[in-house]
Amino acid sequence: MSQTVNYFEVFGLPRTLGIDAGQLQAKFYELSRRYHPDFQQSAPPAEQERALTLSALVNTAYRTLRDPIARIEYLVRLEEGRDTREGSAVKPAAPPELLEEIFEVQEMLEDAKASGLDDEGRNRLAAERDRLVARCRQEEELLTGALAADWDEASPAGRPRVVAAFKAALATRAYLRTVIDDLEAALDPAGETDVTHHRH
Amino acid sequence: MSRIIGIDLGTTNSLVAYVDDTTGLPRIIPDERGRALLPSIVSFTPAGVLVGDDARRQLVRRPHSTVYSVKRLMGRSYEDVKDELRYLPFSVKPAEGIAKIQIEGREVTPPEISAVVLRALKERAEKHFGERLEKAVVTVPAYFNDSQRQATRDAGRIAGLDVVRIVNEPTAASLAYGLHRLYEGRIAVYDLGGGTFDVSILHVKDGVFEVLATNGDTHLGGDDFDRVIMLWLLEDIQARHHADLARTCVNLAEDPEVMQELRLAAEAAKVRLSSVERTTLTLPFADFTYHREITRADIERLIASLVEKTLGPCRQALKDAGLTPSALDAVVLVGGSTRVPLVRRRVEELYGKTPKSQLDPDLVVALGAAVQAQILAGGITDMLLLDVTPLSLGIETLGGIVSVLIPRNTTIPTSAREMFTTSVDGQTIVDLHVVQGERELAKDCRSLARFELSGIDPMPAGMPKIEVTFLIDANGILVVNAREQRSGKAASVEVRPTYGLVEADVERMIEDSFTYAEADVETRLLIETRNEAETVLTHVERAMRQGRELVSPEERAQIDAAVRALSEVRDTDDRERIHDCTIALNRATEHLAELMMDAALRAAVQSKRADEIMESS
Repeated sequence: MSQTVNYFEVFGLPRTLGIDAGQLQAKFYELSRRYHPDFQQSAPPAEQERALTLSALVNTAYRTLRDPIARIEYLVRLEEGRDTREGSAVKPAAPPELLEEIFEVQEMLEDAKASGLDDEGRNRLAAERDRLVARCRQEEELLTGALAADWDEASPAGRPRVVAAFKAALATRAYLRTVIDDLEAALDPAGETDVTHHRH
Repeated sequence: MSRIIGIDLGTTNSLVAYVDDTTGLPRIIPDERGRALLPSIVSFTPAGVLVGDDARRQLVRRPHSTVYSVKRLMGRSYEDVKDELRYLPFSVKPAEGIAKIQIEGREVTPPEISAVVLRALKERAEKHFGERLEKAVVTVPAYFNDSQRQATRDAGRIAGLDVVRIVNEPTAASLAYGLHRLYEGRIAVYDLGGGTFDVSILHVKDGVFEVLATNGDTHLGGDDFDRVIMLWLLEDIQARHHADLARTCVNLAEDPEVMQELRLAAEAAKVRLSSVERTTLTLPFADFTYHREITRADIERLIASLVEKTLGPCRQALKDAGLTPSALDAVVLVGGSTRVPLVRRRVEELYGKTPKSQLDPDLVVALGAAVQAQILAGGITDMLLLDVTPLSLGIETLGGIVSVLIPRNTTIPTSAREMFTTSVDGQTIVDLHVVQGERELAKDCRSLARFELSGIDPMPAGMPKIEVTFLIDANGILVVNAREQRSGKAASVEVRPTYGLVEADVERMIEDSFTYAEADVETRLLIETRNEAETVLTHVERAMRQGRELVSPEERAQIDAAVRALSEVRDTDDRERIHDCTIALNRATEHLAELMMDAALRAAVQSKRADEIMESS
C-alpha cells in the first residue's frame, strides 16, 4: 500500500457506496492490528516508519468510509481526479425553491445582529432553523439513498451523470449547513467557543 | 525487547508500575518503605535536591524553593498561568515564552523539575529489578496539547528515559479495567486529578479499546478545590482574629509559610470530609489559635462551581461520540479527586448511572501505563488500543482564520497533506503557523509552532508546489514533513516551538540535570529526623509566645530546657539523640498544648454564644 492507493482499495472494497458498517469495522480492526505502531516496536526503523504511514492511512480511510456523506464526498473527489482536499470539492449553492425563504432568513439575521433578539424573533429563527435542518436531512437522504443506489448500479457511461447529481446535492447541503450554522450562532452566541469549523 | 516501565506522572503524586510476567497482571513498585505514591514535589535545599516525601516536608519550611504541582506549568506560556502565580510560594517568571521557576537566582524549567520525579521513579524501578532501565510509557492528561506532551517527553529525556509512548490517562485507566475484563461496551471515564480533568468515551469490545471522543480541562482539579477552601479559611481567620492581626500588624496573605500551612490544612480538611460529615480544624498562629468546625456542606458550597465546570466537557464528549447518557454501559471514576462525594453525585446525576471505581483511583492510571508498556514490549498481543487527538489541528490562513487539517477526536496516528506555494517571485522560504484548538481565529487557539520551509528554488510566484504532510503520531505529537513536488526534493523544515524547548535546550539540560539527593537510607533518615526536630521546635516556639502564661514557672523552665537540648543537637549527625530530644520536647509541652486547646475551645464557644445572642435579638 502507498499514499496513491485510494481508501476503497485500502479496505479491499470496490468503488461502490453500499458498505456494510460491521464488516468495515472488522476490517479496520484487522488492519490496525497489522499496522498500528503499538505492534511495530521491535521492527527496524524503516519498517516502523512505513507502518506509521500505513496506520495513518488506514485511520483516515476508515473515518472517511464509515460516514455515508464523507464517503460520497470522497468518491466525487476521486472521480474528478483531485488528490488532496485542496480547493473545496463543491461550491455551496442555494436550492432554487428556497431562494426567497433564505433571503428572508438573512434579513432576519441582519436585524438580529443590529438590534438583538426578542422572544418572537427567537421563535421565528428557531422555526426556520428546524425547517432548514429537515430540508438538509432530506438532501442527505437523497444522497445516501437513491443517488448512492444509482451509483452502485450505474454503467461506466452512466457514472458522470450520477457524479453531477451528487455534486448538486452536496452543494445544496453545504449551503443549507452554512445558513443553519448562522442561525445557530444567532440563537446561541455563547456557544461560540464550541465552533466546530463546519465550513472548512 | 527490553523491559518497559509504566509511569503515571501526576500533579500531586507519581507512581511506577510493571506487568508481572508470571501472573500477567500490572503491579505498582513501592519504595523501600512500602510507599506506592511518590509526591510530585521537588525541594532545593542546601543539603541537596530532595524529592517525594522528603521534599513534601520542606513545603512549609522552604516555600520559595520547594516546587509542587509543576504539571500545571508544563508546556504552558507565562500568560496561561500568570493568574494563579500569586498563590504559588515559589517564583515563576516568563522566559522565552514559557514559564520558568526561579530557585535561588537560577532558572529551572518545568520539565527539569518533572525530570527529578521521573528519575526517582526510574531508580526505584531499577532497584526493584536489579537492572538498568531506559524505556518508559508515561501518561498525560488526554486533553494535553502538543506543547504539553512535548514537555513531558523532554522531562523523560532529561531524566535519562526514552519515553517510548505518551499515553492518555483515562485511556490507560480503561486498559487496566479492560485487563480485568470488568466492563465491555460503551464506557465513560471521568478522570479528575490534582490539577487536570479529562473525560473519555470508549467503545471496548473483544480486546479492542477504541476511544470515540475525549474532552477536558488541563487546569482544573483538586488543587483548585484546595485553593477555594484555603481562601475561605484565610477570610474567616482574618474576620475572626481581626483584632489580633491588627494589633501585631500581621498580613497573613503575605506570609508564604502561613499560606502554605493553610493550603495543607485545606487539603487535609477536604480529604477528611470526603469520609466524614464534619471535622474540626485547629491552627496555631504566633499570637492566637484558630479553631473551627467545618462541615462537608461548607466544602460543597465552595467547590460546587468547580465541579460544575467538569460537566460541560462531559456533555461535549458524549455529543462528539454521538451518544446519549442512556447508551453508556458504565461510568468509571479515576483520579484522587473523584473521592469527593459531591463529584460522585454530580457525575451520577449527569449520566444517570452509579459511577464505579473498583480499582483504586490513585493507582489505576499507573497500572494501565504498565499494561500499555507490556503491549509495546510484545508481551500482550490481544489488546488493541485506538486513541484520538483531543484538539483540532490547523494552520493560520489569510486574515488569521484557522483552516482545520485534522479535526479533534480523529483516531491517531493520522495525517493530512496540504499544498503550499509562494506569493512573491523568487521566494525561497514559506512560513507556516500551526495551531491547536476549536476556535475560528488563530489568535484564540493555542499556537504550537512556526515552521519555516526553506530551500525552495527561486521561481515565479505560485509556481513551486510544496506538499506538506502533518502527521500526528500515536503519542498525539505532531511531525511535519515537506517536499517540493516539481523537484521531488525534501524541503527543509525548521520548527520554532511557541511554548517549548528547542533541541539544544534539552541537550544542555540532560548534561546538567539535577541528581536529587540519592542519599542512602541512613542519610535520608537523618534528614527526616532533623526536619521533624525543626518542625517541633517551630511549633513550640510559637506556642510559648502565645501560651507562656498558661503554664507554671517550673513547667516553663522544663520546656525551655528541652528546647535548648534539642537546639544543641539538631544539626549534629546523631540521629538517635535528635530523635530522643524531639520526643522529650514533645512530652514536655503536652500539658501546654492541652491548655491552649482548651483556651481555644472556650473562645470558640464564647464567640458562638455571642453569635446566638446577636441572632435572637
